[in-house]
Amino acid sequence: MLAYTIRRLFQSGFVLVVMSLLVFAGVYAIGNPIELLVNPQADEVEKLRATVALGLDKPLYEQYIVFLKGAVTGDLGKSFVFGTPALTLILSKLPATLELAFCALFIAVCLGIPLGLYAGLKPDGVIGRSIMAGSIVGFSLPTFWVGLVLIMFFSVHLGWLPSNGRGETVSVLGLQVSFLTWDGLTHLFMPAFNLALLKLSLLIRLTRAGTREALLQDYVKFARAKGLPAGRVIGVHVLKNIMIPIVTVIGLEFGGLIAFSIITETIFAWPGSGKLLIDSINQLDRPVIVSYLMVIVFVFIVINFVVDMVYSVLDPRVRLGGGAGGGH
Amino acid sequence: MSAAAESPLKQLWGEFAASKLALVGLALLVSVVMIAVFAPLISPQNPYDLAQLDVMSGKLAPGEQAMSGKTHLLGTDDQGRDMLSGIFYGLRISLGVGVVSTVIALVIGLFFGLIAAYFGGWVDTLIMRIVDIQLSFPAILIALILLALLGQGADKIVIALITVQWAYYARTVRASALVEKQKEYIEAAQVLALSKARILFRHMLPNCLPPLIVVATVQVAHAISLEATLSFLGLGLPITEPSLGLLISNGFTYLMSGKYWISFYPGLALLITIVAINLVADQLRDVLNPRLKK
Amino acid sequence: MSAVLTVDNLRTHFFTKAGVVKAVDDVSFSIERGKILGLVGESGSGKSMTGYSIMGLIDAPGRIVEGRIVLNGQDITSLPMDQWRKLRGNRVAMIFQDPMMTLNPVLRIDTQMIEAVLAHHDISKAAARDRCRAALVQVGIPSPDERLASYPHQFSGGMRQRVAIAIALLNKPDVIIADEPTTALDVTIQGQILFEMQKLCRESGTALIWITHDLSVVAGLADEVAVMYAGKIVENGHVSAVLDKPLHPYTKGLLESVPSRNVKGTPLKQIPGMTPSLLSIGNGCAFRERCGYRSGECEVAPPISHPYPDRGVRCVHPQA
Repeated sequence: MLAYTIRRLFQSGFVLVVMSLLVFAGVYAIGNPIELLVNPQADEVEKLRATVALGLDKPLYEQYIVFLKGAVTGDLGKSFVFGTPALTLILSKLPATLELAFCALFIAVCLGIPLGLYAGLKPDGVIGRSIMAGSIVGFSLPTFWVGLVLIMFFSVHLGWLPSNGRGETVSVLGLQVSFLTWDGLTHLFMPAFNLALLKLSLLIRLTRAGTREALLQDYVKFARAKGLPAGRVIGVHVLKNIMIPIVTVIGLEFGGLIAFSIITETIFAWPGSGKLLIDSINQLDRPVIVSYLMVIVFVFIVINFVVDMVYSVLDPRVRLGGGAGGGH
Repeated sequence: MSAAAESPLKQLWGEFAASKLALVGLALLVSVVMIAVFAPLISPQNPYDLAQLDVMSGKLAPGEQAMSGKTHLLGTDDQGRDMLSGIFYGLRISLGVGVVSTVIALVIGLFFGLIAAYFGGWVDTLIMRIVDIQLSFPAILIALILLALLGQGADKIVIALITVQWAYYARTVRASALVEKQKEYIEAAQVLALSKARILFRHMLPNCLPPLIVVATVQVAHAISLEATLSFLGLGLPITEPSLGLLISNGFTYLMSGKYWISFYPGLALLITIVAINLVADQLRDVLNPRLKK
Repeated sequence: MSAVLTVDNLRTHFFTKAGVVKAVDDVSFSIERGKILGLVGESGSGKSMTGYSIMGLIDAPGRIVEGRIVLNGQDITSLPMDQWRKLRGNRVAMIFQDPMMTLNPVLRIDTQMIEAVLAHHDISKAAARDRCRAALVQVGIPSPDERLASYPHQFSGGMRQRVAIAIALLNKPDVIIADEPTTALDVTIQGQILFEMQKLCRESGTALIWITHDLSVVAGLADEVAVMYAGKIVENGHVSAVLDKPLHPYTKGLLESVPSRNVKGTPLKQIPGMTPSLLSIGNGCAFRERCGYRSGECEVAPPISHPYPDRGVRCVHPQA
């Protein structure tokens, strides 16, 4: 287990280096770095000074090392718009995004797994079919349009829920969160549900397919033959088996939630990192874009690592070796 | 079997038509494509011709009559553009961008997938590593970043859509090509000393097509949805020739004041298009899959 | 001695879109305490479905449409599902064919064993664990404590089947139904398990129904044998009587297709044709299409007849 963990850590480190190379190539080599990194309003003299200051007259590999040093020490330039370090700016907006993503995940898991399980146990019933049909529609709906319809219905038509902002927040461990105040919750509900919808559909389909497959397995029949109550057969024997792919997908899709929060945050004016990214793109605030990119890459790599670890805990065949699960 | 007497295409159609839902999807899809193709002929108004737009009759509700005496079935937007015409033309652009980017991405993915499968070794490793890394990031994120780096415009958005799609095809083609590669007819072709290109494109390629068709159908829907999303975020096409996403984005400003139709109806058109494609794709997958297992 | 299990005119049918599949069609037999019944037939003959019927494990679109299953004097077919569940794994247990598939891969052995005890007995977890340990020892698994904490993938196929047998034995059932439990195993292990099962049943007085397609297994193991064909028992009786003097042409054909040392050098006989689809038998004897003794009378389904005491045969012209 320890060897496995260490190997995965090395792999993660490798991907991080590769991604930093790609970002570097994207920003410094393909585009004109001066244009990307210096305020577009700057004059020629200032641009020249910046070129030297940024070391852009040096060979590429040296530039990459400088870029890496900056990345490691947390210096990815200053925001043109806010004048503050870009990385700090992103990190200050990240908690709002994470809160939104976790709430969406919570909704998707709490609804998706039970619904999928039910649809898998009774695939031919009216309810089972309706759940499936609903998930197909949910899969087809573009996130931004759902957000729009939600606002149209709940904010404009019914006037029940606020359509923008985080509402009242409270400080927990130094982080501002919305979900602990009633006002915050009303602000959180629509964006979280909006973000959850795609993953909800995915989880329903995945759980249903897994359940149907598990029900055909001999071990389920054997569990029934032991005289176990139906609740234990489904709750332990079926569920524990389908949890392995589900947890993997949940983990991997969490990254997707953070990416899609860009859309949701824009629609609901949720002050998170995604909205900051869109604002920065519109205002050509490039250091912030670069910082967002590096932070997101880092978050993704951490997620992938954690998923792998959880996966190995869930599946004894991976955890206890045999080597079958390995591979590159 | 009696089915063997029928032509394969006819048999496929029979299996496809077995699902009523898929037929509904197909009918919807055909109508949408027809509307997109014949938009200039059937639209009440040319929404791009600024001379025809009258700001005075802007933001009319559905069914309301404009000053000119024209009735706007789905209302007008802030510039007095007839929504129905806007949607017809928007469909044209959305479908066009979706299909063009999908076709180009498919060709690129096909090429690299076949090469990876046929040559194996480090070529395979290099291509598939890139594919893996790319696919571990959500398409929307990659497209956004590309547009942020490249700037905006129709060509840029097509490039972004191609970039996010090609990897899916490369992976799909490689997987089925690897299966094909094991089969005897490829060995026979190699024994006959046919050229690599001929083996690749005349022999392996046709056998990789069924799964590719399924992936491509789904991807067109994804591409359309993605383009709409990017346009909605203000990173897509220019406002002068609005796609569905831009129409929706444009109407979003007026949503809070209750003028829902500017956003809602283009969204509905987008939704119908995507659902229709997905319904067809779902059934295609079921119809083509047993063939793959043989 | 009275029978511990009696199956009487059992019919289990599956109502599919293509038609009604009569998987088990008028099956009757009984078995006494400590005895072994060999239930023989080709795949699709309904022998496994007979086992599942007794367990109450028939799923939609199938159901028991007729007949009685009497366990210890109680007709269990009329029991509500929850009552039946309490018998399952408790009074009547089942072992499946493929030991690689029957144990849940993500649960430890102790979890899978203890739950089987706790489902039927209101005892402490520690007491249940003791019982599991004892059962593992009983089936010849060394260092049971270590084994209890293991996962199925850490066991060989033979070991897994022993665990499955131990689970079946846990609640000291009156009847065990073994559905080809040795088919997937090596021949040497097969022999060991056969021998041990026989011993365990004799010692504990558990009745054993051994489902198999292999007559040679039955020869060395069972007391009674019942031969199934297309959902019906076509012949039954004491094992030596049936094997020495088969009455039904199908049994005869099966015996002739078993390789044996006595007839070395002569080609093995085969039963011509294939098992018919259960949807297309129609009236009449299901075996008639493949039978060398076919006559006009075979177009009417033959009733079971008893040419000798304790022998039954479903054929209008039994061989002798």
